[in-house]
Amino acid sequence: MIEIKDVAKTYKTGDVEFQALKGASFKIEDGEFVAIMGPSGSGKSTLMHILGCLDAPTSGIYLLDGKDVSTLNDDELADIRKDKIGFVFQAFNLLPRATVIRNVMLPLIYSEVKKEERLRRAEKVLEAVGLEEEHYHHLSNQLSGGQIQRVAIARALVNNPSLILADEPTGNLDSKTGDIVLNTFKKLNKEHNRTIILITHEQDIANYAERIIHIKDGNIVSDSKHHHKK
Amino acid sequence: MRTSDIFQETYIVLSTNKARSSLTVLGIVIGISSVIAMISIGQGASGQIQSSIEGLGSNLLTIIPGVIQPGRGIVSSGRGSAQTLKNEDVEILKQIEGVSFISPEVQRRFQIVSSSGNNTNSLVIGALPEYAMVRNVLPDQGIFISDSNIRSLSRVAVLGPTVAQDIFGDEDPIGKTVRINKINFRVIGVLQAKGSTGFFNPDDTVFVPLSVMQKILTGEDYLSTIAINVENKDLMTQVQEEAIFALSQKHRVDPQNPDFSVVSQAEISGALTQVIDTFTIFLASIAGISLVVGGIGIMNMMLTTVTERTKEIGLRKAIGAKRRDINLQFLAEAIILTFIGGFIGILLGALIAFIMSYFDIIQTSVSIFSVFLAFGVSAIIGIVFGYYPARRAAKLNPIDALRYE
Repeated sequence: MIEIKDVAKTYKTGDVEFQALKGASFKIEDGEFVAIMGPSGSGKSTLMHILGCLDAPTSGIYLLDGKDVSTLNDDELADIRKDKIGFVFQAFNLLPRATVIRNVMLPLIYSEVKKEERLRRAEKVLEAVGLEEEHYHHLSNQLSGGQIQRVAIARALVNNPSLILADEPTGNLDSKTGDIVLNTFKKLNKEHNRTIILITHEQDIANYAERIIHIKDGNIVSDSKHHHKK
Repeated sequence: MRTSDIFQETYIVLSTNKARSSLTVLGIVIGISSVIAMISIGQGASGQIQSSIEGLGSNLLTIIPGVIQPGRGIVSSGRGSAQTLKNEDVEILKQIEGVSFISPEVQRRFQIVSSSGNNTNSLVIGALPEYAMVRNVLPDQGIFISDSNIRSLSRVAVLGPTVAQDIFGDEDPIGKTVRINKINFRVIGVLQAKGSTGFFNPDDTVFVPLSVMQKILTGEDYLSTIAINVENKDLMTQVQEEAIFALSQKHRVDPQNPDFSVVSQAEISGALTQVIDTFTIFLASIAGISLVVGGIGIMNMMLTTVTERTKEIGLRKAIGAKRRDINLQFLAEAIILTFIGGFIGILLGALIAFIMSYFDIIQTSVSIFSVFLAFGVSAIIGIVFGYYPARRAAKLNPIDALRYE
């Protein structure tokens, strides 16, 4: 479960201050599929960085599974990211020189999972995102965009996190492969009961989620549940 | 992060950047191998000098007339002409404890002529049988001068191999006659070749009994050298001091400023070894500079790598890598590069040293010390020059790193 209260973030460049987030509050229950939507510069990326424990808020409280993570230091945040959060990026960020299976196993290096266990878990999540076994030992440049992003999703899942954060996951994909990726999220949410937060600026994509939080100029302007149109 | 994972990650990174990694390693290889080669050549050279000096006779003290101040050259009226050492001095020196053999010698150059008319100008040494023990000479054919030769003033000569070759060619010289200063001598032996030591060629000499030299050839009872063989190395200083004291008393001179001088072989070889050592250090320092340049090469490559892999670092941090993990990974890359370079460098350095020995350019010896030194230095270079790039990588903010294009 995620709860943020009056979370604000101010960036300072010399004497100039910029308030990217002006006091956001909401709760996300386990198993929800939420889209955070807003135009560029709205503060949604800042919000994602804070939710993903990549950055700490200037003020406010962030409770992740009941634990206040807004005051943790770098290494403690790294531990939280490792255990509780899986990231999916717009730019995929796979290691180009490593095979699919090694990319998926990468987070397990840092959580010091036993070697035999790593392969088993990687195969399990690759199966869950629907990547065919023949690609397991390919490099990412031998895969299509949709396949690459599914590898990235598998990598986000491999540590069994309570939250998956996807930052414009279809931004680099055409709409057809985008659909495949978004349906993968939906399936993970429905069948595996994963909490998913999707960051996007497109209404079409946000519509895949059950709940949409609109953000504009650092403020939350709407938070609504809706029934699936897609 | 487990150690085995660090090694695996490092292996993958280095093997995908083969060209760059091997060029960087080359810098270290050149540095380490030249340090190893220089040290082993230096040590070989000083060993060679030491053994050739010991070849002149081990544990040797040489007493010569006039004054020698080691390192400042001879200040005397000349070896042959200073007439301060006499036969009686030998009797006094014999009483010093620790002296095993004493060889009083008289040297002078004479014209040597064979019966067939060949002639050469050579050093003639008047010696006792003890000369063979003190100076490590052995006859190759025939015999050396004996006690009865001394007593009976036998006109016999033992030839150095060079002299034998010069005046007899391939003929067997034993039993033949040579004329030294117009006096006939019978050849009784030819010595084994010893090789020149730079200042003195023992092969180009003729030996006659000391008594014959003094009474017949020169007509003087002065000695040009007294060589003393000391029982063991530890007694050298003691015997040297006692010899100076005893002779000063006999000559009635101040022991601080005697009319003779005692040179120990250790002093000569010590001075030479010091020169060689200084030279070795000098060469090794120059080689050391190339090692530092190699280290800067490592640093340069690591900084490039960190910049290139900014996005990867960001990703690793996003999925849970701590500063320490990133730090270790990049440090490991630098250290492994220098270790590979160090290992190849040691092999190459040893190979250069081996080739030098094999083709007889100079006898070299690769010491365990220089190998450990090289390994230590390469590890330190890895740590020192890898530290800054690794720290820079570890300090990257994951958000900035991920945004980096």
